[in-house]
Amino acid sequence: MPVHRLVTGVSSLSLTLAGLLLITFGLSRLSPVDPALQLLGDHASADSYAEMRRTLGLDAPWPVQFGRYAQRLAHGDLGTSLSTGERVSDDLRRVFPATIELATLALSVSTLVGVPLALLAAWRPRGTLDAAVRALTLAGNSVPIYWLGLLALYLFYAHWRLVGGPGRLDDAFEYTIEMRTGSVLLDTWRSGVPGAFADAVSHLILPVLILGAYALGNVTRLSRAALLNESGKEYVMLARAKGATDVRVLLGHILPNAAGIIVTVVALAYANLLEGAVLIETVFARPGLGRYLTTALFAADTPAILGGTLVIGVSFILINGVTDLIVNLLDPRTGA
Amino acid sequence: MAEDTLLSVRRLSIRVRKGREVRTLVDSISFDIQPERVALVGESGSGKSVTARALLGLLRQPLEVHAERLQFDGRDLGTLTPAEWAKERGASLALVVQDPRHALNPVLRLGRQLDEAIRIHQPIGAAERRRRIAGMLDAVGLSAARVLGLYPHQLSGGMAQRAMLAMMLINGPRLLIADEPTSALDAELREQALELISALVDGRRMGLLLISHDLRQVARYCDRVLVMHRGRIVDARPAAELADSPHPYTRLLWSCKPSAATRGTLLPTPADWDAETGDAEQDLQ
Amino acid sequence: MNVNRFAGRWRRSLAALIGSGVVSITIVAALAAPWIAPRDPLAQDIGNRLQPASVEHPLGTDGLGRDVLSRMIYGARPTLGLAALVVALMVPIGLTLGIVSGYYGGWIERALMGVTNIAMSLPQLILALAFVGLLGPGLLNAMLALALTGWPAYARLARAETARLRRSDYVAAAEMQGIVGLRLWWGHLLPACIPAMQIRLALDVASIILIASALGFLGLGVRPPTAEWGMMVAEGSKVVFDQWWIAAVPGVAILILSLAFNLLADGLRDATDPRHG
Repeated sequence: MPVHRLVTGVSSLSLTLAGLLLITFGLSRLSPVDPALQLLGDHASADSYAEMRRTLGLDAPWPVQFGRYAQRLAHGDLGTSLSTGERVSDDLRRVFPATIELATLALSVSTLVGVPLALLAAWRPRGTLDAAVRALTLAGNSVPIYWLGLLALYLFYAHWRLVGGPGRLDDAFEYTIEMRTGSVLLDTWRSGVPGAFADAVSHLILPVLILGAYALGNVTRLSRAALLNESGKEYVMLARAKGATDVRVLLGHILPNAAGIIVTVVALAYANLLEGAVLIETVFARPGLGRYLTTALFAADTPAILGGTLVIGVSFILINGVTDLIVNLLDPRTGA
Repeated sequence: MAEDTLLSVRRLSIRVRKGREVRTLVDSISFDIQPERVALVGESGSGKSVTARALLGLLRQPLEVHAERLQFDGRDLGTLTPAEWAKERGASLALVVQDPRHALNPVLRLGRQLDEAIRIHQPIGAAERRRRIAGMLDAVGLSAARVLGLYPHQLSGGMAQRAMLAMMLINGPRLLIADEPTSALDAELREQALELISALVDGRRMGLLLISHDLRQVARYCDRVLVMHRGRIVDARPAAELADSPHPYTRLLWSCKPSAATRGTLLPTPADWDAETGDAEQDLQ
Repeated sequence: MNVNRFAGRWRRSLAALIGSGVVSITIVAALAAPWIAPRDPLAQDIGNRLQPASVEHPLGTDGLGRDVLSRMIYGARPTLGLAALVVALMVPIGLTLGIVSGYYGGWIERALMGVTNIAMSLPQLILALAFVGLLGPGLLNAMLALALTGWPAYARLARAETARLRRSDYVAAAEMQGIVGLRLWWGHLLPACIPAMQIRLALDVASIILIASALGFLGLGVRPPTAEWGMMVAEGSKVVFDQWWIAAVPGVAILILSLAFNLLADGLRDATDPRHG
């Protein structure tokens, strides 16, 4: 196990996380919104503001404030939301699972469709499938996802009544299901209420498919590029010289070599889907981190905004960083 | 055509098409190979490597292969479907190439790659496969216990070359095409590798087509030599007669190599020789 | 790289042609909005609200009776304006840092590339939201976020080109002629970065357009009643089940413009690397 590579990877990851912290901290300090004002309202006296600022630790020099900030974060203290009055960390724990559920389901769609599609396209390069993949990628990278969601909602829900509408459940179920895990599929399944699970699925289909389609283009294109890149190499020719058929070469030789890149591509898609989920949740009025964040943005709820940003930001960084690390370590050429 | 002719090639041409441009890489070459050691020698760009791949059906668009006759062991190779080709390669015809460490799959262990070579062509049980692999590794001078679990990058150049030979010969092909098998090896290892190839080929009564740029090297290890220049075979004669070949290009290649005899003199270069004079092609029956 | 050959292939790439055509038309339309828009984009006419397409209003009217077509034409401005601002900030910064690190190498290169890697790993949309949410809505804050997360790509490619050329005969010859320092960078190193930069830029602008309109959609972009495509989609979303075109049409514009930049990038990529695809 190449320890030094592990150390480099981890320290790089830590630095990036620290960078994110610096940015969020800097934003909170540069924000024109005065926390003391937010908490005390307009009519308190000057002394009260000063007192509050001292209590909040806003009079200390910035490096000290940052140190305290980092320390609080290390203990999971993200402050208290100004809108809900709850601890932000509790709020996030409540809403994040729904977003993860959405992003994970969408990722499954993109991967389970995208990678086989890439294999097919790599099998017959420059064919019609190949051109279709390029077109799909182009479309996926150009379409505003919230708009697509909106139109899909109109078409499939309002017009054709094929799927559930906004929200994660019909009103009838919304108030009878106890949300314990935060994942609507799990909770409706466990509740045993007849029809609830199906209802949850019907509300999930559209957002999942749209998010999935959104990531599909890039997953397919980048996977295909990795596969084609490998197929030009000498060992592929020798495998064919051994008598391996095209299929065996593709699946037994090219794919294992391209796997590292493909995994990285999928991880990147996952991270991007977390961001996309924020927009989709707004369009489909689904509860989740995205809606929490946008609500907080309008309410100028600073702790909540920062908390939400941090959670998504950290997830984003961790997904990419850890995947890179693992892929590197598992590659026989460089790792174990 | 002699009774035990392994490979018979008549007027093989290879062209590359780029838009409207058509470039000829190999122009109408013909030769036969018995169970003997034949060398195909030429400078880089002479078309020898691409010929080797054409003989195994490994060339794809935009390269085009045409031949009046391309027969192996009496079978017509020109009309093979991809599936039929896959059956021939690695079973009747084998190829080893220049850079063994890049020619082996970097993420699969050696044992698996050797095992696959057998499994593709012969439905035999795991135990028997293991036995054959061990036997083959022994024949090339590698210790099965040591190398089966290794990845290609963990092998030295010489070991990787042997592993590649083992992998390609394990199914008992009749003809081995070796494309510059020693060029990527250190000088001391080259002799060893060629000794090994010669021993294996002789021991199994195979034919060998050795492709090289080193005329003197092949003269030592091969029975016959075909000299290629710019896509054509310009000279063909027994190895013993190479040094005294009347053909100017052959003499040029022969004397190109620095040695004690040429010390202090200006070495000739192929540019000195006009390609248009002295084309020779012998139809060997 | 032979510039003439490059330009020739560029002309021959259909994708690049279509892409640049659409982009040019949009930019011209946005600049000429006051002259080509049929009506005042802010003029309300409540009595005439939510009308479908007609002769007077080719794209209908929105919830406040405003002409959708005119708002569409004007709506290009905030989007393109933001893109221009972001580009103006992130490209010079990125290229400069990249050239510096590629030219000097050593610890400078390591330090700068370290910062680059960090900035590259940050999520663009979320940070844009955070910037806007905490520093106040508006184009400027969104621009800061996007520039902050966007410059690394240019630093990377500039460093790669510079490091490659630093030891080349091309640069050595120039230095022997006495061309050093800024002149060398500007006249020799920078032009080498241009081809890769163009492709990256087209891709980035496509993505900036999407993010900018997403911010508008969430209500964090320009303030109403200014016309902006993303915001128009949001306004249209309230009536999408009946007057679907009010939300649909601005989205199509976003799609077309973003697609144009992506096509341009594809075309440029084909022009510089015919093997690609």
